[in-house]
Amino acid sequence: MSARTDVKTYPGFFAITLLCMVILYAPLMVVTVYSFNASPSITVWEGLSLRWYADVFTGPESDKFKQAAFNSFSIALIAATLATAIATASATAIVRAGRFRLRLPSLGLITLPILVPEIVLAVATLIFFNSIGFTRGYMTILVAHIAFCIPFAYLPIQARMQGIENTYEQAAMDLYATKAQAFRQVLLPLMMPGIISGFLLAFIVSLDDFIITNFVKGAGVETLPTAIFGSVKQGIKPNIMAISTMLLSLSIMMVTISYFLSKWDNTK
Amino acid sequence: MAGGAASSGSTASDTYAGARHWLLMPSWFVLLIFVAAPVAMMLVYSFLTKEFRGGVIWEFSLGAYDQFFFDRGLFGDDPPQIDWTYINIFWRSIWQAGLATVLSLLIGFPTAYFIATRPERSRALWVFVITIPYWVNLLIRTVSMKFLLRDQGPMNDFLIWTGVIDDPLRIINTNLAVQLGLFYSYLPFMVLPIYAAVERYNFTLSEAAADLYASKWATLRRVLLPAVKPGVIAGCILVFVPSLGAFLAPDLLGGARNFMIGSLIEEQFKGNAGNWPFGAAASMILLTLVLIILMVFARQQRRMGDMR
Repeated sequence: MSARTDVKTYPGFFAITLLCMVILYAPLMVVTVYSFNASPSITVWEGLSLRWYADVFTGPESDKFKQAAFNSFSIALIAATLATAIATASATAIVRAGRFRLRLPSLGLITLPILVPEIVLAVATLIFFNSIGFTRGYMTILVAHIAFCIPFAYLPIQARMQGIENTYEQAAMDLYATKAQAFRQVLLPLMMPGIISGFLLAFIVSLDDFIITNFVKGAGVETLPTAIFGSVKQGIKPNIMAISTMLLSLSIMMVTISYFLSKWDNTK
Repeated sequence: MAGGAASSGSTASDTYAGARHWLLMPSWFVLLIFVAAPVAMMLVYSFLTKEFRGGVIWEFSLGAYDQFFFDRGLFGDDPPQIDWTYINIFWRSIWQAGLATVLSLLIGFPTAYFIATRPERSRALWVFVITIPYWVNLLIRTVSMKFLLRDQGPMNDFLIWTGVIDDPLRIINTNLAVQLGLFYSYLPFMVLPIYAAVERYNFTLSEAAADLYASKWATLRRVLLPAVKPGVIAGCILVFVPSLGAFLAPDLLGGARNFMIGSLIEEQFKGNAGNWPFGAAASMILLTLVLIILMVFARQQRRMGDMR
């Protein structure tokens, strides 16, 4: 081993990294494996089976889960779409519109939902809807989600826009493109990897949210996390593990897509 | 954090300067109405009188803060004495979040260092592997942790099967379970800033230290650590702050005895037993605490930036 690498390596650091990986992945793997358990008990292993996946779709609780899944996915889709559009416009103003007085306050406002602890934002949102006399339900969840998804959509979009030199738009405008055309036909296509990854992150964050949703949902309206939480309070059941496995596969798939998009350089 | 993200390099331009206010209007509209106004409203609510079925009566009152800090006896007319009940819950939360931060640092630092010293091509993949679990639903991760750690859970089964232990380890409903849960929730926040700092670190400094007969560990402590300190502090803040207000890990893994701020606040808004002004006041105190931490942190980061 050369002297150079010797200075860099510390004994035990690799072992701790492995331990870290085990801690991170063991719980997810165990739940995935047990979701295929044939036994109705969560402590006994009786062999492989898909019965709990069937139970999620056709069992006694299936209607509840289907409704919750519909609420979760429709809210995540609408909230992530609107948050991404708003974030793209904001990033254009902050990265591509010179320096101006409201620039830093705007950036502060956009990062506000990340700075305020989630439980505090949940309390504040509940109090707000209550004080203006809004009935809690689907709409209150949706509005809250749009708001807290904005920073998550914004960060990858801003990072991407900072990475694109404005020579492309300049070239377009030298060839008599209007600013709107330069934006739509040059900047926006170059921005696509950032925009898609912002959308995916916002979508996951919306799908993930429990605390804020739990505060503003009102009676009878459930999303997947609140339905799962309600169920888990009475003990972990195998069908919950099946739902969890499906949801975690979906998240991992989306993050993987987002990861490869971030490496995709379409400015060349 | 926000300031750092804003610094735009050579790619900044003023192409769309004319439309800047139109472009910003949607985010101002949504965030002012649905984030800033609610926080202001919460401050107002913390000074109102509680209504018994949940909600508030619009009458000014310091009752919520009074209840938080003082005990005035059963009928409210004894001389005020400091009431430690709620202060202790906050104190315990700070302590739990602190221990979770230490745990994250002990495991996160070596991990981040190890990743940052990999060949450049494999680093991104390592970082990706570390961050994947973070994007899995927090509730699902916490439930998985609970499933794994149960008294009759797979971890205990495994340890008994291998003969390491004879009786199951009772981890669920202890402080340790909460710390493990918080660690699991926010670990990437510790690894990523440290990784970024170590990656920028100039390893010729370590070589120079070694040439001057510094031992490996002396080099780590006296040369490397001071150089990557901003990353370490950032990581600690990013784990500590969300841990402080966490709800799921203490609720699902800690049981009733390991109550934290998040559960105290949540309880005030559930069912009829709640006390909205008190919940709002507790939220305000938590928010103030977090903002103070973030401000001290921002000032320190700026000072370190000036020193360069």
